[in-house]
Amino acid sequence: MGRTIKFIAKRLAFSVFVLVGLSILIFVIARVMPGNPARMALGARAPEWVVERLREEMHLNEPLYVQYYYWAKGALHGNFGISLVTRRSVANDIKAFFPASLELALYAGIFMGIIGIVLGTISGWYANTWVDNLVRIISYMGIVTPSFVFAIFFVLIFSYVLEILPTIGRLTPGVVPPPSVTGVITFDALITGRFDVFFDALKHLLLPAISLAMGPLSQEARITRASLVDNVQKDYIASERSCGIPERTIMFKYLLKPSLIPTITIYGLDFASILGNAFLVELIFNWPGLSRYGMNAMLQKDLNAITAVVLVLGLVFIIANIVVDLTVGYLDPRIGLGTERSSE
Amino acid sequence: MTKPLLEIKNLHVWFKVFGGILRVLDGVNFTVMSEEKVGLVGETGCGKTTTMKAIMRLLSMPPAIIPKGEILFKGKDILRMNRAELQQIRKEKISMIFQDPTAALNPVFTIGTQIQDAVRFSGKSGRKMKKDEIKARAMQVLKEVSLPDQERVLHNYPIQLSGGMRQRVCISMALVSASELIIGDEPETSLDVTIKDQILRLLKELVEKHNTSIILISHALGTVKNMTDKVYVMYAGTMVELAKTKDLFAHPLHPYSKGLLAAIPRLTGGGIGEGIDGHIPEYINPPKGCRFHPRCKQVMPMCKDKKPPLFKVSEKHEVACFLFQNFGGDCIDK
Repeated sequence: MGRTIKFIAKRLAFSVFVLVGLSILIFVIARVMPGNPARMALGARAPEWVVERLREEMHLNEPLYVQYYYWAKGALHGNFGISLVTRRSVANDIKAFFPASLELALYAGIFMGIIGIVLGTISGWYANTWVDNLVRIISYMGIVTPSFVFAIFFVLIFSYVLEILPTIGRLTPGVVPPPSVTGVITFDALITGRFDVFFDALKHLLLPAISLAMGPLSQEARITRASLVDNVQKDYIASERSCGIPERTIMFKYLLKPSLIPTITIYGLDFASILGNAFLVELIFNWPGLSRYGMNAMLQKDLNAITAVVLVLGLVFIIANIVVDLTVGYLDPRIGLGTERSSE
Repeated sequence: MTKPLLEIKNLHVWFKVFGGILRVLDGVNFTVMSEEKVGLVGETGCGKTTTMKAIMRLLSMPPAIIPKGEILFKGKDILRMNRAELQQIRKEKISMIFQDPTAALNPVFTIGTQIQDAVRFSGKSGRKMKKDEIKARAMQVLKEVSLPDQERVLHNYPIQLSGGMRQRVCISMALVSASELIIGDEPETSLDVTIKDQILRLLKELVEKHNTSIILISHALGTVKNMTDKVYVMYAGTMVELAKTKDLFAHPLHPYSKGLLAAIPRLTGGGIGEGIDGHIPEYINPPKGCRFHPRCKQVMPMCKDKKPPLFKVSEKHEVACFLFQNFGGDCIDK
């Protein structure tokens, strides 16, 4: 246990350097892109002196390293500056948009994990039968089709033709959202005991979450299948069979555990990338998420917002990686946090 | 005459692959009596492991197919057993030890989990063992293979043990579920030279103690000579010679056996033997007639189109070679 905490602490400490590096990189890239952010924020008709004053305020006329110094000083105090587009503090914007994205990713993650692993397992157990071929064809289509295509498709089928699921936003208009505790509506609804709101939110989540999950779940299914088919040939399976251990125990215990390790590695990365790459899906379902906010910030050259969004996504990747490493270390004693594990 | 424990009759195993059909086993005959120690030698790729896997029905089918043959265990054909009967054989009667203990132990489970599962499912069907009973049995078999500190070994993962210890664990797992026959598929190959001998000696001790039969596949011909009662020589999917161990080593008859034995380096001078030119044939288009004829120095015209059956040259010495077709029972071994 103590070793696990030490591992997490070490990784978090190391990730500070990653975040500093990332902030410098995105800070510089955002500023060397062509276009005058002050002019874009104020509009084409604003007089020149107003634009110039805003540039002064934002320290845009100073050298890059001075600008970074001002930014970093603010960032250390939790002040990421003002968004030029929403005119609110970037920190508040992120507080508003991030939970929506996180909620979407969480539910997409659930579909991804469960459906992906179940499909892959079925496919691997019945390798080279029609079931396997069907799963492989479907998962291939899942990988090559972009998530927004699925989104449009699902909207057409479930909302326009069947009319059973809503298409827009996080809640039906008129439904009063629960008081914000975490910002994730389904959690807030459960915490405050508003089950009607919970189910309403769940209905809204279903289509965007599945659209986002389709690609990654196909990938997980394929990886799970591949490692099952590979591992079933291993000597240890033959050895366990020769000891008379029943097939069911072998499949569910001795085969599944080693075979899930690569799946979980990919799963963590897929999960983190859903947060950042959901832009078009968020647009189609009018989902007030971070991905959309970030995309708008880039188009408008909203410098502070860009930097903050990238840092948040970077942090999510770091955390996802730590969780993956811990899980894989737990499953695979050969990795076991890099040190020999003593007997528990 | 007593009934054999295991009798393989005319076994054919083929593999369907992309380029055609690999006709690997071409009529294997093989007999193990109860409490007998049988050696099986032959070069890599001649079908030894395939034969053994066929006994335990461990070949994945497809790609493997068994077009002909029987594997009789106490008179009952393993190939035609239903699931429950097969499980019974695997649980209690026969078990296999593999070449590489690192690959034969599941890397992500502790030794304890693996042995205890083997124990749990080795019990007589219908009788559930208690937890501490299972553990006690696991500790006992670990002790039998001379592993110290069994309690700790149970909590270890395979990577935490040395190669020799891992192979001991594999042997202990085999002991749990093999009351009649242990198949050792080159159990010493992947081990250190110093450990090899220990492991084989341990195996011999254990089968003698438990009155189990053993089939020992090995490239260590010296060990086979010391450990077994009877030896089969296999070449390219056929048994070419079988004899009592001391007869075979004293008077090998088949040209292949002669070459194989001549390849053993001797300490007592003579240097390294000649060996046999060429290599095992391809199984997609195996040579017609005797499969050894392209490499045989004493090849005769008839070898090229007729497959030699096993000729009895004495009570316990048979050889599949036309050179001996007229020996008709004459005893040349004594």
